[in-house]
Amino acid sequence: MISVIGKYFLFLGSLFGKGEKLSVYWRRFMEESVSIGVSSIFIVAIVSTFIGAVSCIQTAYNLVSPIIPVSTVALIVRDMQILELAPTITCIVLAGKVGSNIASELGTMRITEQIDALEVMGINSSSYLVMPKVLAAMFTFPMLVILAAFLGIFGGYLAGTLTGVITERDYLYGIRDSFVPYNLFFMCVKPFVFGFLIATISSYQGFFTKGGALEVGKASTQAVTNSCISVLIADYLLAQLLL
Amino acid sequence: MIEIKDINKAFNGKAVLKGVSSVFKEGEINLIIGGSGTGKSVLLKCMIGLIKPDQGNVLYNGRDFYNSDKDTKQAIRREMGVLFQGGALFDSQTVEQNVRFPLDMLTDISPQEKRERVDFCLQRVGLEASGKRMPSEISGGMKKRVGIARAIVMNPKYLFCDEPNSGLDPLTSVKIDELIKEITDEYKITTVIITHDMNSVMEIGQNVMFLYQGDKLWEGVNSDITKTTVPELNEFIFANKLLRDAAKESNC
Repeated sequence: MISVIGKYFLFLGSLFGKGEKLSVYWRRFMEESVSIGVSSIFIVAIVSTFIGAVSCIQTAYNLVSPIIPVSTVALIVRDMQILELAPTITCIVLAGKVGSNIASELGTMRITEQIDALEVMGINSSSYLVMPKVLAAMFTFPMLVILAAFLGIFGGYLAGTLTGVITERDYLYGIRDSFVPYNLFFMCVKPFVFGFLIATISSYQGFFTKGGALEVGKASTQAVTNSCISVLIADYLLAQLLL
Repeated sequence: MIEIKDINKAFNGKAVLKGVSSVFKEGEINLIIGGSGTGKSVLLKCMIGLIKPDQGNVLYNGRDFYNSDKDTKQAIRREMGVLFQGGALFDSQTVEQNVRFPLDMLTDISPQEKRERVDFCLQRVGLEASGKRMPSEISGGMKKRVGIARAIVMNPKYLFCDEPNSGLDPLTSVKIDELIKEITDEYKITTVIITHDMNSVMEIGQNVMFLYQGDKLWEGVNSDITKTTVPELNEFIFANKLLRDAAKESNC
């Protein structure tokens, strides 16, 4: 276990070794941003809208009391979305989608000698292949989380108003009530850290794949598992540190 | 000229290469032959810097690869062209982009010059019409030819080929061999080929080295190979019935 962690940190160090031309990194960064960020918009939109809708209905179901104003439902939906559901659940979903994609891509490149081909040319393969993925994840995950938070709150609004558990007026009042702007900062810090963890852990799993197709599959599964665990641990630590 | 001196490599305590030394001559095709698991690919990877030997040196025109500074190592790497067993083409790039890749990464020449160089290399391997195709859309033989085009695009001094005929039909195999020979003769490069194809040995191999369980058992020119008295090499060469019969006929 300790040797794996040590190897992971050495791998992180190799990302900052001799690099290539800046234009090459810029092009790769844009490609990865599309692959990691833009192509995840659909799944993030679907998941967050439904989670927002469900959290609104379930909160309303549990909050039947004459002394609690109905607008509290919206307040709870908002804070749940901003503090936890949008950043953490979105990143868990992204760990599955992006993490497995990164690990299987790099694993396949490893077993088909594409990484060897880069190294023979004298190119820092880890920096060339992994660094743009890490930067793209750290750049696009916060944007996806902002979108997720917005759509989650919107999903709650749709579910609440369409089913009649809360009026439009109460919902709009609730989401503006007792708003703490610092929570938005907290919401954006989380995916920044999670993006780094998911991209580097998945890259590490894929980059050191040995064997054939079976091992690529195993690396992909391992990448998702380890990424999810690290996201949950980091989630707790960030909450402890920043709140 | 490439010189390897006393190359030793072991994995998990098991010796894979046991003090292999040899000289690969400039402008000639040097073959490393042997059965599966004899350490051929490990030796090639030691030579091109993918696996560091436990002991020994690899000298490129007198420059010791493993004991050089970063710049010299980088300079040597830029003089190498490598054709991997499966082609090792980048799946996300077209044939043309694959060939242009080393130029994009390692040179500052103008786009026009890059285009001309890529066109020339693709033409050289007979794939000028396939530049826009993806690696998944071309055959195994074509992948090898793209691999050769990518290997020669930087005008290498040393060309390494890891089993260039594997998985190819006999006709394509011969074409690939001929292409490698033409390129070697044309640019006077030092070519090192790993193979177990006896046809390649007889057709294009000028100097041949036979590896057996990590040891160099025989070395010489290809015309002498059938006269060998090394039993392991005899067994390897004459495993093919056609060659056995041909040898019997020539003895009669």
